Amino acid sequence: MKFTLSWLKTHLDTNASLDEIAKALTNVGLELEGIADRAKALAPFKVAYVVEAKPHPDADRLRVCQVDTGSGIVQVVCGAPNARTGMKGVFAPAGTVVPGTGLLLKAGQIRGQASNGMLVSMREMGLGEDHDGIIDMPADAPVGVPFAGLLGFDDPVFEIAITPNRADCLGVRGIARDLAAAGLGNLKPLAVAKVPGGYKSPVGVRFELPEAGHCPLFVGRHFRGLKNGPSPKWLADRLLSIGLRPISALVDITNFFTFDTNRPLHVFDAGKLKGGLVLKPATGGEVFAALNNKSYTMAGGETMICDDSGIVSMGGLMGGSTTGCDEKTTEMFLEVALFDPIRVAMTGRHHQVLSDARYRFERGLDPAAVIDGMEAATKMVLELCGGEASEPVVTGAVPQWKRSYTLRADRCATLGGLDVPAAEQAKVLSSLGFTLAEKSGGFEVEPPSWRADVHGEADLVEEVLRIKGYDAIPAVKMPRDTAMPPLALSPGQRRVRDAKRALAGLGLVEAVTFSFMQASQAKHFGGTNPKLALANPISADLDYMRPSTIPNLANAARRNADRGWPDNALFEVGPVFHDPGETGQRIAATCVRTGAAVGRHWGAAARNVDAFDAKADALALLQQLGLSVENLAVAREAPGWFHPGRSGALKLGPKTVLGYFGELHPEALKALDIEFPVVACELFLDAIPAPKAKGGRQRPSLKLATLQPVERDFAFVVDEAVAADAILRAARSADKALIAGASVFDVYRGKGVPDGKKSVAVAIRLQPVDRTLTDEDLEAVATKIVAAVAKATGASLRA
Amino acid sequence: MEGVWPNRPGPLFRRTTVTGRMDDLRQIETELAAKIDAAANLEALDAVRVETLGKKGRVTELMKTLGTLSPDERKARGAALNVLKDAIAAKLDARKAALERSALDARLSAETVDVTLPVRPVPEGRIHPISQTIDELVTIFGEMGFAVAEGPDIESDDYNFTRLNIPPEHPARQSHDTFYLVGENGQQYGNVLRTHTSPVQVRTMLAQKPPIRIVAPGRTYRSDSDATHSPNFHQIEGLVVDTTSNMSHLKGCLVEFVRAYFEIPDLRYRFRPSYFPFTEPSAEMDIACTRGGGELKLGVGDDWLEILGCGMVNPKVLAMCGIDPETYQGFAFGMGIERVAMLKYGIPDLRTFYEADLRWLKHYGFLGIDVPTLTGGLAR
Repeated sequence: MKFTLSWLKTHLDTNASLDEIAKALTNVGLELEGIADRAKALAPFKVAYVVEAKPHPDADRLRVCQVDTGSGIVQVVCGAPNARTGMKGVFAPAGTVVPGTGLLLKAGQIRGQASNGMLVSMREMGLGEDHDGIIDMPADAPVGVPFAGLLGFDDPVFEIAITPNRADCLGVRGIARDLAAAGLGNLKPLAVAKVPGGYKSPVGVRFELPEAGHCPLFVGRHFRGLKNGPSPKWLADRLLSIGLRPISALVDITNFFTFDTNRPLHVFDAGKLKGGLVLKPATGGEVFAALNNKSYTMAGGETMICDDSGIVSMGGLMGGSTTGCDEKTTEMFLEVALFDPIRVAMTGRHHQVLSDARYRFERGLDPAAVIDGMEAATKMVLELCGGEASEPVVTGAVPQWKRSYTLRADRCATLGGLDVPAAEQAKVLSSLGFTLAEKSGGFEVEPPSWRADVHGEADLVEEVLRIKGYDAIPAVKMPRDTAMPPLALSPGQRRVRDAKRALAGLGLVEAVTFSFMQASQAKHFGGTNPKLALANPISADLDYMRPSTIPNLANAARRNADRGWPDNALFEVGPVFHDPGETGQRIAATCVRTGAAVGRHWGAAARNVDAFDAKADALALLQQLGLSVENLAVAREAPGWFHPGRSGALKLGPKTVLGYFGELHPEALKALDIEFPVVACELFLDAIPAPKAKGGRQRPSLKLATLQPVERDFAFVVDEAVAADAILRAARSADKALIAGASVFDVYRGKGVPDGKKSVAVAIRLQPVDRTLTDEDLEAVATKIVAAVAKATGASLRA
Repeated sequence: MEGVWPNRPGPLFRRTTVTGRMDDLRQIETELAAKIDAAANLEALDAVRVETLGKKGRVTELMKTLGTLSPDERKARGAALNVLKDAIAAKLDARKAALERSALDARLSAETVDVTLPVRPVPEGRIHPISQTIDELVTIFGEMGFAVAEGPDIESDDYNFTRLNIPPEHPARQSHDTFYLVGENGQQYGNVLRTHTSPVQVRTMLAQKPPIRIVAPGRTYRSDSDATHSPNFHQIEGLVVDTTSNMSHLKGCLVEFVRAYFEIPDLRYRFRPSYFPFTEPSAEMDIACTRGGGELKLGVGDDWLEILGCGMVNPKVLAMCGIDPETYQGFAFGMGIERVAMLKYGIPDLRTFYEADLRWLKHYGFLGIDVPTLTGGLAR
């Protein structure tokens, strides 16, 4: 919302400075976005008297002028044809920047004659296109005074942000009222005189509206004998100053009242109307040619204003192209109406019509100001265009708007934290137009007709506080019940934080990617639930809620590779979506690795990432989250977007799947347009059981073995299909008391091992408990181990 | 070496009366000393040792001759021989140590590597600035007694709008540019992707009796994409409900917060009236800044920067969330996490947060050990 200082002063009697007004606007909740203070910018440029203008001795078109600047005579060389002895112009001294050109003026010589500044044109002042000559000031203009004020170019323009609740401040008058309440001056009375009608309107208005809500009140008035020409300078300037183009007096009047009192109007050229006006809801399919030269087909339900030929206006949004006023208009029908805010909003959104009228109607207009608005407009039409007005045509009635709320006198203190004396509260509210009646413990307060946003006591507290200023509210520390704060994070939330820190500690880089992705890619990663598609995606590649974070991270790795960074170790801990219900959203920790696991290096053999890097990430994370990974089972149950032979599911018991790891399936990579291997793991943090609180924080007592452990190696020959894990499990189970660990240190295929078999070399660590192991003991446990592994896997000891 | 080596100055043995014999011992000593010095390696030295002190060594052989002497002679000769033996042994040990030392020096010299060669890379992980900022915010609000609350990203229209006093067709719904999932049963639109973290307020109030003190960081969604808007972004929401908290506590809480977060103890601020459907009265908080020279500096200058929205919970919202507004009241606030991260850490472009560009993540990210604390600082 833009307005000028002089416009404000038509409603507000004030001597406040620009700075005071600027500060007050923000303080009362009308956030100042900027002031264009042209007076300040133009202050160095002052009226000067040309004492003498002689031709330049060495240049035909130049004149050498002696200029009285009010603080001395200076010589200026000037090229303007109108520079002459005895004129008054505008002098720009050396050292100033010319606003229209941005150039710094310097004293110098022009063709051998000293020139100390310049006499400027309108264009050089940035005030117009006129560059035919220098500004010719009136003869009575006082020398040495800034010129801008004398020509009316000193009017500062305010731009403020209006919150959606303050429809009343979409007019300058509402802003003036707030400022007056804040103590910046007095609100001038709005004198509206009734203009008697001279005849009965030939244009009638009829409602064919099933619901009164469409348009509770429609006031019209017919005018004849008008002369519609350009607006007078004051009106044109006023509109220009806030960025509106003057069109013609009748149109300009509608724009003026829209911004002056927040009262949008519409003017029909009555000569172009066919018969009377009928307001009715659209049934759908009707076509409306609007004055923005666009055509709209009604969806049904819009409030249409029709004449015998069809739609002439979409109520509250825009008039029609066929019935607009132009310079030939002599008869006019004025529309001042109340349209239903919701219907205007819906219609405007559906048809994507943005207009000053829509903006105001959908925020709600003052229902009590319709008649006054019509009378004020009538007066201005007659003043600017002459002619004669009919009797008003009133259809419908002013809807009931009166209501009242109790304001407890202590509520400003108990809710707002600011103790405001009751009398002071009453003064503030009265100045904003509220009506107060004292009652026990406070007031009964009736909001004014233009404040449809006020709905209760809290709103009244806000009115008092914002006028007093939020600065006045003391900042008080929050009281705390306990010396130490309670825990902010639940165990599950702590786990999410820990998972991120753990993965970063493992050398992975955290990414944050969108929760949505491309449906055509998502379907390769389990995203086949049609309920997770967006109805209104922002773009076609972000149209589905991600079923997994793997594709987003893999895509990120591809982009990094395209930029020359093929080695990626990315992770993200965030939501994945399996159905739209509350339980369908899970939190997954996902790692994606690409490129080299060990890069080319003088001291190490290079190798690319493989499924075991993904498995290592998964296990390391689970371990850091407090899970003992020995209890995990690895099953070949990873979903279809993993390589079937190089992936696994990590399970805790038969039912709980903690996550998956492995190399991605070539088909999945193809869907992502990725041409290099990608390994990934995905863990569902919500599936990990909470750490047991049993026994509190105390660790079990540590029993250190005093005897040396012994290591024994075994080479088992097994079928190719036997899992190493099965061998280790069987070996460990052979003597749980003695066997402290088992690990695979070699897997061999080839000479000495039959085809279809492999040799798995296992190191078993034995921890004697009460005595040193004898050869017989070792022999016995070795026999048990071999037997157990043979039984479980069919293994034989390698010869 | 003291106590190991003979620590005697002067000749290695005393002069005796049997000068002729003593002279032969001196000659032997000189001879052997020369041999010891000439031993070029441990093997050669050991040969000298055997030749000298071994079972058939020269000194050993001389010792064997003692039995043939008279007691007096034997006493003198024995003492001299012992001195000789000790002297030779000491020389052998010294030479051995020197040879070992030079052998080690030679080995170490042969083992020399180019220490300027690069090391095997230790991968360096990073925490994303969004996670870091959330941890910082939670640390500060946690100290003030707030607990973290969460809710789903896919929300009902009811929780996202209606119970926050944003009825259908409210102008505020327009500014939200809501994403909808496809509807069921022929409806065009289904559930919404939450446009703010405020529905967590609703969920908390429906589930928990006051007193309530929560913050809710999380993902939010709006159909808006340009230099300053991302369709997916993050917010943090705060809610306090009890019987006494009023706007002065709101101010106190948020002033503490901005000063702690930006680590500017005297950061100037202002609260100005604003509008949100779910708060009444409503405010926006600005902090002092300067934008001189195209560079934003916080805490100095006369300009203001909007940092968050806040207000007293609208009594209608309390009522719609099952809390009696006659008994309870409180305040709420919300802010953009990326925004405060950008301001604190000088990150210029919002869109870069979600691009997962390794160069960006390495540059703006944090180390895993950079866990924010109030005792050691939020950031290093």
